[in-house]
Amino acid sequence: MNGTVKATGSMGRERRQAYMLVAPAVLVLLGVALYPILAAVWLSLHRLILVFGEQRWLGLENYGFMLGDARFWNALKNTAYFTLVAVTVELLLAVPLALLLNTAFPGRGLLRASVLVPWAIPTVVSAKLWAWLFNPDYGLINRLLPGQDINWLGVPGYALHAAILVDVWKTTPFMALLILAGLQGISEDIYKAARVDGASRWRSFLSITLPLLKPAILLALLFRTLDAFRVFDAIFVLTEGGPANTTETLSIYAYKTLMRAGNFGYGSMLSVMTFLCVVGLSLVYIRLLGKEGRG
Amino acid sequence: MKRPGLWLATVAFLTFFLGPFFWQVLTSVWPDGQLTQPLPTSLTFDNYASVLWGRPFLQVLVNSLVAASLTTIFCMAVGASAAFALAKLEFRGRGLLLAAALAVSMFPPIATVSPLYLILRATGLRDTLVGLVPPYATFALPLTLWILTSFFRQLPDELYRAARVDGCTPLGAFWRVLLPLATPGLATTAILVFIFAWNEFLYALTFLSSPEKRTVPVAISLFASEHKEPWGEIAAASVIATLPLVVMTVLFQRRIVSGLTAGAVKE
Repeated sequence: MNGTVKATGSMGRERRQAYMLVAPAVLVLLGVALYPILAAVWLSLHRLILVFGEQRWLGLENYGFMLGDARFWNALKNTAYFTLVAVTVELLLAVPLALLLNTAFPGRGLLRASVLVPWAIPTVVSAKLWAWLFNPDYGLINRLLPGQDINWLGVPGYALHAAILVDVWKTTPFMALLILAGLQGISEDIYKAARVDGASRWRSFLSITLPLLKPAILLALLFRTLDAFRVFDAIFVLTEGGPANTTETLSIYAYKTLMRAGNFGYGSMLSVMTFLCVVGLSLVYIRLLGKEGRG
Repeated sequence: MKRPGLWLATVAFLTFFLGPFFWQVLTSVWPDGQLTQPLPTSLTFDNYASVLWGRPFLQVLVNSLVAASLTTIFCMAVGASAAFALAKLEFRGRGLLLAAALAVSMFPPIATVSPLYLILRATGLRDTLVGLVPPYATFALPLTLWILTSFFRQLPDELYRAARVDGCTPLGAFWRVLLPLATPGLATTAILVFIFAWNEFLYALTFLSSPEKRTVPVAISLFASEHKEPWGEIAAASVIATLPLVVMTVLFQRRIVSGLTAGAVKE
């Protein structure tokens, strides 16, 4: 870049101006992200009850208490289960949807516009919309299903899966769009060559499309996994973590500890743990993506 | 090509993605007394009237408009120059800054709730719409940086070089030549940031306490009364809050798709 402007004075000035141009953004990122994270770690080392104005240094006591806190492990289990199942189902739906969106046929424009509808709807609204579909008395789902009416959001075991369905509805389109972008990067010529060699459609999907799509799929999985792991809006609106904490995720447990119980020390510790889980997950994905890049 | 399979899959996906939304639209015009029936025998706009005039929902819409607009303006003002530098200038830490922005956008919002609450309380910005802008910047600014950087990269380097040869400083080249040419990119970014800010829930729920300050998602989540959920009114409010987004999304679908995937795919 900048091959024609080689004078050193100009280069120095360019660099200085570059730092000036990025400085506001860097300062904002430091202020709204880095500082709060460090402050949350600091708070997590304290006992801090907001209404009493009580603050006392605890060291790692909150973390020690967490190890024996069954509610924490339950929330971690729920979050992991929600993330694993939701993201898997989304991938299984998103790949065929992306293939469909990549096929030239008259309905494609309509389909592409339609998949953006769930994406654009606020998560809270989509959760309310589904809560009405799940309504035990007048909901569409019980209207359509034969047999006894089921209280989808009130029965442990059903409720978490209902929340997964809402997440699948809302976020499969985003995943499909990411995979579609990957599909559009694959050259037609490879398929033509495969057809000349007598490969069937299914065969070329398995040996050409999937391997070439792997980086796009991994990236989509990375985004969706981290996003699903921090789930709050949908479940909070659907069940607030109930019945009997069977849908309580880490974000919801942390929120309730902070804002309902006013326990800022332990609540901050739960927030930090959520953050650390997300960091761990992203490190795993970055390793996988790195391997992909080298291979 | 197996055409029947193609159409079957299309119909299945369309039903799954649009069906629930249509049911919500139908519920919004469904007379309250007839909700027990399989389908309504008449339609009504009572739910819209009671949401708009019987509740402070107009105020709520204005609140969301203010919070989302302020966030968009703030992030564009802070992010545009940085995105230009990231795309066109050589300086150390360029990759690091983009990586950091991506990492920040992956933060679980709950991770920063407690310190941000204390900061906003200490500065008197808790329970104000302006106070939502810094928390919203945690997801909106990284989004702005990624999308705008990829748009500036698409502008030819020759434009920048020609402006420099003609005597522009890097800042002048940004302001007079590249920024005007990036207008479509700025528009796409603004639409996306606005939608994300309009839809945000956790921070708004935590930092706003007065009912008259609530944003749309918070108001809708707290619609329930003591005795029963007002499903018709919730549906009407949902349609009012969502229809502008759906129309905008369908109108600008190409831009939105390119913006959403720009940051993700190019790096």
